[in-house]
Amino acid sequence: MQRRIFLKSGAFALVTMGLSPSFLRRTVLGMELPGAAKGKVLICLFQRGAADALNVVVPHGDDEYYRLRPRIAVPRPKSGGTATALDLDGFFGLHPSLAPLEPLWKRGLLAPIHAVGSPSTTRSHFDAQDYMESGTPDVKGTSSGWGNRYLATCGTCEEHKPTPFRGVSFTQQTPRIMQGSAETVAMNSLEEFSVRASGTHVQRLEQLYRTGSADLVHGAGEEMFDAVKMLRAANPQQYQPQNGAAYPRSQFGTRLRQIAQLIKSDVGLEVAFADVGGWDTHVNQGGATGQLAQRLDDFSQSIAALVTDLGDRMGDVVILTMSEFGRMARENGNAGTDHGHAGAMFVIGGSVKGGKVHGKWPGLQREQLFEGRDLALTTDFRTVFGEVAAKHLGAADPAKLFPDFKGPRALGVL
Amino acid sequence: MFTRLLACSVAVSTAASAAAGQSMSAVQNGREQTADQQVRHVLSRLAFGPRPGDYERVRVMGVDAWIQQQLYPDRVADPTVRQFVSQLPTYTASIAELLAEYPRPQQVQQQMARARTAADSMMARQMGAEGRVVNAELQAARVGRAVASERQLEEVLVDFWLNHFSVFSGKNAQMRYYLAAYEREAIRPHVFGKFRDMVGAVAKSAAMLIYLDNFQSQAEPGRTTLGVGPGGGGAAGRGGRGGRVTMPPPQPQRRAGLNENYARELLELHTLGVDGGYTQQDVIEVARAFTGWSVLPPEMGNGRGNQRLGSAVVQGHFVFRPQAHDAEPKTVLGTRLRAGRGIEDGEQVLDIVAKHPSTARYVATKLATRLVADEPPTSVVDRAAETFRRTDGDLREVVRTIVTSPEFFANSVYRAKVKSPFELAVSALRAVGAPPDLTPRTAQLIATLGQPVFGRQTPDGWPETADEWINTGSILNRINFGTALAAGRVPGATQQNWPLPLGLRREPREVQVDAVIAAFLGGEASPETRAVLMSGSNPLLDAVTVDSVDTGMRRPPPVVDTARVTGVDPMVLRQAAAGRAFQQLPALEGLPQVVGLALGSPEFQRR
Repeated sequence: MQRRIFLKSGAFALVTMGLSPSFLRRTVLGMELPGAAKGKVLICLFQRGAADALNVVVPHGDDEYYRLRPRIAVPRPKSGGTATALDLDGFFGLHPSLAPLEPLWKRGLLAPIHAVGSPSTTRSHFDAQDYMESGTPDVKGTSSGWGNRYLATCGTCEEHKPTPFRGVSFTQQTPRIMQGSAETVAMNSLEEFSVRASGTHVQRLEQLYRTGSADLVHGAGEEMFDAVKMLRAANPQQYQPQNGAAYPRSQFGTRLRQIAQLIKSDVGLEVAFADVGGWDTHVNQGGATGQLAQRLDDFSQSIAALVTDLGDRMGDVVILTMSEFGRMARENGNAGTDHGHAGAMFVIGGSVKGGKVHGKWPGLQREQLFEGRDLALTTDFRTVFGEVAAKHLGAADPAKLFPDFKGPRALGVL
Repeated sequence: MFTRLLACSVAVSTAASAAAGQSMSAVQNGREQTADQQVRHVLSRLAFGPRPGDYERVRVMGVDAWIQQQLYPDRVADPTVRQFVSQLPTYTASIAELLAEYPRPQQVQQQMARARTAADSMMARQMGAEGRVVNAELQAARVGRAVASERQLEEVLVDFWLNHFSVFSGKNAQMRYYLAAYEREAIRPHVFGKFRDMVGAVAKSAAMLIYLDNFQSQAEPGRTTLGVGPGGGGAAGRGGRGGRVTMPPPQPQRRAGLNENYARELLELHTLGVDGGYTQQDVIEVARAFTGWSVLPPEMGNGRGNQRLGSAVVQGHFVFRPQAHDAEPKTVLGTRLRAGRGIEDGEQVLDIVAKHPSTARYVATKLATRLVADEPPTSVVDRAAETFRRTDGDLREVVRTIVTSPEFFANSVYRAKVKSPFELAVSALRAVGAPPDLTPRTAQLIATLGQPVFGRQTPDGWPETADEWINTGSILNRINFGTALAAGRVPGATQQNWPLPLGLRREPREVQVDAVIAAFLGGEASPETRAVLMSGSNPLLDAVTVDSVDTGMRRPPPVVDTARVTGVDPMVLRQAAAGRAFQQLPALEGLPQVVGLALGSPEFQRR
C-alpha cells in the first residue's frame, strides 16, 4: 500500500506576510503562467437553500422586475428611500445588505455573474446541490466532487506539496464537492482538529501508531499526528485578523476567519469549502430589509472581512460563491419566492476581471423566462468552475473535472 | 527509529495465551482459525462485537450452533430490544399515523408565516419540535438495536441491506416519515428471505420511489399510455376511463417525462452491478417499464383523489398511475414486454433482474466483502453465487454458504476488516456493556465519525472497504471517540455497566492491561501496543495523594433527552453533543487510561 507522505520539513515553515510579493506582481504572474500557479487557493462558499438571485444582484433597469415583485422588489437606486439597490452599471445593482462588498466592486475585485447555474431542470434542493458539487448535472452516479477531482488530478504536480490540508471543508461531514480519492479534511473548526486528550495520553496514543505493523491504519495514524503538529505549529489559537478585518460572530464568519488562518499559516491549502444556510425564502422574504437582507448582512460582512484580512494575499485567492438554483421570478402568495432555475454567483479575487456583471441577461418577460416562470440560464456553472480551475488553480486537465461537458470552457471572468 | 513488523498479523499477547490450548480441534472442517479465534471472529463479523460475557456464551454453545441460531432470529428472544423499541413511538408508527400526527416542515413554515402573536409562534415552534422527534427516534432506533439486540446477525444484515438499498434522509423534508417504514417493511422482513421479495418491496417503497425520483417518472410526450385508472392526479380524466391515450404535450408549469434515476441504480447498484452486462438502452427500457410507479403524496391525502381511490390506498404509499405508464412495447435485457400492459411491466423487470446471473454474482461479492474480506476469495464468491442461483435468491442460504465456508475461517481474513464508524461506535458500546440510548446522541457521535445514520447522499451507500474509511481526519475522530468513551462522555458508557471487575481498579498495571486486552481487543494486541498500554502507573497504587480515589470512570452528566424537552434542532444538538463529548476531557489515569488507549489503538479499528 503506497501512501502519500507529505514533506515534513519545509511544509510548515511559516512565510511571514512581509515576504509576499506585491499584489500586482502576483496578479500579473498568475495570468501569465497559469500552469505554474503556486500557493493558489480557491474558496468555495455554498449558499444552501437556493438564494434569490434577483434580489441579490438586482436588475433594477428591467421594469418587469418591479411588475413581478410588487411587495419584495429592492427599490431602484436613488429612488428616495433609505434602503435601495447599490447601482453597479446602470442596469444591475447590489442588494443594500451587500454594501460591504461595494468597495470590492469599485476596486475591480468583484465579478458578479448573472443567469448562471445548472442546466438540470430539477427544483429539488438535494438533487441540485448534488449536481453542483459533483459537477455532473442530471447524473446521480458520479462518486466524486469536482473539488476533489481537481485535487486528485493535480496531486502529483511537483509544485503542490501534498499536505493533509490541501482540501479543507468547514463542515460536519465531508461535503459532496470534496468527496473522492484525494484525501481531504472536514472539521467544524480548527480547534476541533486536535487529539482531545490531556497530558502524556497524547504521546501514548501517538506511539500506538508510530510503532507496530506498517499497515493502512498505522500509516493514516502517523499522518494524522503529523498533521496535528503542523496545525499546532501554525498556532491558530493565537490568530489575530489583520488590516482591521472584523468578522461577524456568526458560524459563517468564524469559518471564513479560520480559512484565512489556514491560508496565512501556509499549511498547503488549495481548496477550501464552507456553506451557509437560510436561503430558502418561501415566506416573507422581505425586500431591502427583512429575512433575506439579514442573511445577506452576515454573508457580505463575512466575505468582506475575509478579503480585508487576506490583504495582498488576495492576489493568490479566488472566492467563488454558489447556490443550487435561483428562485421564481414572480413573488408568491406569501411574499416569498418558490424554487426557480438560474441564479447568480460572485467571483472575488485579485486576478478577477471585476467591475463588470458577467453573463448574458436573458430578460424577465414571460416568454424569456424558463418554463414561463424562472430566470433562464445563459451560463452553465461548469463554464465558470472550469475557468477558475484552469486559470486560477492551473488544473492539469480541466476537461476531466467536468466529464461530458461540451459547453464553453471560459466566460472571461478571470 | 521505531521497530517495524513486516506482517500485518498481530502477535498473541500473554492474555490470550491461556486460550491457546483450545486450538486442537480447529483444523476440522478445513478451518484454519483456532477454536478461540473462531469465537472471536463470528462475534466481530456476524455481530457488532462482543458484549461482556458473549465470548464465554458462544464458546460454550459452539460456533456452529450459534451461527445456526443467528440464522433464525425468530428463535432468539430479544426482550431488551422489544422494551427499547416500545419507547420510540414514532419508530413503530405507520407512515399514515406519522403524517397525521407529526406536522411536516412545510406545515410548520406556513404556520409560522401565519403567526400573528407570540402564542402563535410558540405553537408553530412546538410543531417543529415534534416533527424533529421522528428523525431523532429513527436514528436512536438504528443504533440502539445494533447495540442491544440478541439477534446480532439480523442487525448486521439490516445494516448491510439498508446500505445496499441506500436512501438519504435529507432528500427532502418528508423523507424522515418514510424511513422507519422502509426499514420495517422493505428491508427487515427480507434479510433472511428471497432477494426478489426485498428488491420488490424496495421498488414499491415511498422512500426509494422518492429518493430516486421514480414517483414523478412518466411516459415521454407522444407515447401511448394506459387510460385513467385508480391512480388519481396527473392527466386524470383527459382520455376517458380505461382506454389508451396519448400523452398530451407537457404543460409549461409541469415537468413531464421519463426519469431514469431509479432504473439506472436498480441495474447498476441494486442488482446486476456496473459491469453486469446492461446497456444504456436497457436503462431507458427499464425506466419506461416503471413509469407510473409512484407514491400518493401526503398533500393528496385529504383531497378528492383519495376519495376516488377508496380506503385501500394510504397516503405516502405506493400507487400505480396507469395514465403515466408507457404502454408501448419494450425490450429489457433481451426479453420483450408486449404492449398494453401496466404494473406487470415493472414486476417482470424485477423478475428478470432478480434471476440474472450477474445479480447472483454481484450480491454474493458484496456480502462476502462485508463478511469475509475487502477482496474476498473468488472461491467463496463462486459458491455463494451458486447458492443464490440454486435457491432462487434465498438470502439465508447465501449467507450460510459464506459464513460456514473455510474461507470465512481462514487465517488470512482474521481481523482483516476495518470497522466502519457505525461498527466502531457500536462495538465500543457493546464492549462496555452500554444499554441502548433512547436519545439521538449516540447516533450524533457516529455522525461526527463520518457516517450519519440514513445520511449517505449518494445511492451507492457507504463504502465496504478499509481504504475508503481510513484517512487522516477519520483516525483523529476515532481516537477522540475512544478517549471520550473512556472518560465517561458517551451515553451509556458508565461505570455501572463496566465489564471489568471493580476490584481491577486496585490491581497492578499489568493485570489491568491483560484484562483490557481480553475485553476490548479480543485478547490479542501487538507487542508494541501492549508496551504502550503498560507505560503508565496506577494512581490508586501510588500512595502519594489519594484525593482522586474514585479516579475510575467519571460519571457522565445525567442523560436528558434534550431533543424532546427543548425541541432543539438536531443539527445544533449534534454539534453541541459532539462538543460536549470531545472537549475538555479530563486527564485519564489508571484503568480508564488503559481503556482509552485500547479503544484508540490500531487493533480496535479492526474486526
